[in-house]
Amino acid sequence: MLTHEKIETSNTLMIILTTLVVSVGGLLEIVPLFFQKSTTTPLNELVKPYEPLRLAGRDIYIREGCYNCHSQMIRPFRAETERYGHYSVAGEYVYDHPFQWGSKRTGPDLHRVGGRYSDQWHKIHLLNPRDVVPESNMPAYKWLDRPLKDTAIGAKMSALRKVGVPYTDQEIADAPKALEGKTEVEAVVAYLQGMGLALKQSR
Amino acid sequence: MDFNNTGDLVGFWNLFVVVIVAVSVIGCGVFLWMQDFAKHKPGEVTGHVWDETLEEYSNPLPNWWRWMFYFTVVFSLVYLALYPGMGSYKGQFDWTMRGQYDAEMKAADAQYGPKFNQFLKQDIMTVAANPEAKQMGGRLFQTYCAQCHGGDAGGQPSFPNLKDGDWLWGGTPEKIKETLTQGRMGIMTPKGTKPDMDAEQTKDVVHFVRSLSGLSSDSIRAQRGKELFPQACAACHGPEGKGNQDAGYPNLTDKVWLYSSQEASMIETVTKGRQNQMPAFGDFLGEAKVHLLTAYVWGLGGGVKAAPPAPPAAAEVVVPVAPAEAVPAEAAKPAEKK
Repeated sequence: MLTHEKIETSNTLMIILTTLVVSVGGLLEIVPLFFQKSTTTPLNELVKPYEPLRLAGRDIYIREGCYNCHSQMIRPFRAETERYGHYSVAGEYVYDHPFQWGSKRTGPDLHRVGGRYSDQWHKIHLLNPRDVVPESNMPAYKWLDRPLKDTAIGAKMSALRKVGVPYTDQEIADAPKALEGKTEVEAVVAYLQGMGLALKQSR
Repeated sequence: MDFNNTGDLVGFWNLFVVVIVAVSVIGCGVFLWMQDFAKHKPGEVTGHVWDETLEEYSNPLPNWWRWMFYFTVVFSLVYLALYPGMGSYKGQFDWTMRGQYDAEMKAADAQYGPKFNQFLKQDIMTVAANPEAKQMGGRLFQTYCAQCHGGDAGGQPSFPNLKDGDWLWGGTPEKIKETLTQGRMGIMTPKGTKPDMDAEQTKDVVHFVRSLSGLSSDSIRAQRGKELFPQACAACHGPEGKGNQDAGYPNLTDKVWLYSSQEASMIETVTKGRQNQMPAFGDFLGEAKVHLLTAYVWGLGGGVKAAPPAPPAAAEVVVPVAPAEAVPAEAAKPAEKK
């Protein structure tokens, strides 16, 4: 019989039983999702692997900590879909490693920001948000207007391929060329403009 | 679109979830029940001593606490019977997140739909004159348009002022609606249609254009620029520089400048060209909201009256109105509108 005393005086038992108890939630709610069609296959043909420029932009998004204030997850409430567009679904994130859902909205959700503003607007807004939205409290990212130096783009794409993003050898070889002459702000704008397009046309 | 995943949990993974849920809930209940049989003597200690004198009593759980635990077990069983949780079992209420969202949208449609539809049936100018529609349109504008055009619709460099009577793509109700629905793409190629212009010639053209607009200009340069204008600019902006609203070519003779009227900015425009875009909102907002927004924007003060049906006259009416000429038109309009 597993008595209180027996468990508390045995390291092995304590470790095994504690691990079992704390993993029940994860086993139930997370593990089955790794094997569901709706979470592991692209929603439709509009969900595509990130092109090199967008991928580089995504890394800048992460580097600058955009996820601290912006979520990428529209919840199925009218108040959100009226403002942002169709609610997010799992099959839109299959090529996101890691996903940028975020948990805090100091700024608006960005999941369907693609095509919502012009490239010009994004550029002005990233470099100094107050130039277009006087009330904005978003920091200015002035330094983004500099040449993009992402020497590891090919290695990143190879790494992503290992976790299931279907890049071809040709695409990986061509990647550095796609970034030539681009600035960091252009990469971020490319990333933002491609976001959430898979369900753009339906509300 | 089919992204319904309620039927996704099948076979092994269904069983996996069902078994773990059942074992955890029932296990908790049994474990709790077993505690009732444990022998507790009041005041008995477990023999566990620490920090010199602290000891642990072997008392049973307080009753309120024990019953609260029992309640959580019962609650979870009831919950799992009513709501989804046991694998692919949908629950007696047949509740889904999507179902709740659809119900919320339906309720909102029933409440607000008639109002939107009522305005949708009226023509833009009638809607524009309705104070309630104006209020609704104003709120939509603040949500969807103010980020670029500004809270007061006054615009800013790169983003047009919507209340000044100067329109790139036409200011009639139909044209405004078209702009909102489909979006617009404005492209000026570098050095217009004369790519071999050098820096000096570019500057000459800029000075000629400045003279057209009544801005300060060097008359010698302007004279030289005038020679270049037909080749470099006239294909789009017209021989007189009055532009063409059907294609979104700006009028160069008025005083409205999208990218500032500074000489340096104008030289940049001609040298590097410009690309600008109004995103399409038709699919996202739907026709009813676009209709209200059209009326709101038209009613901001710059709206041009709808073209009369007679075809020959139509072209006359939609012709770009330079602000200088627009003043009398502006003055006349409120009388008709209000």
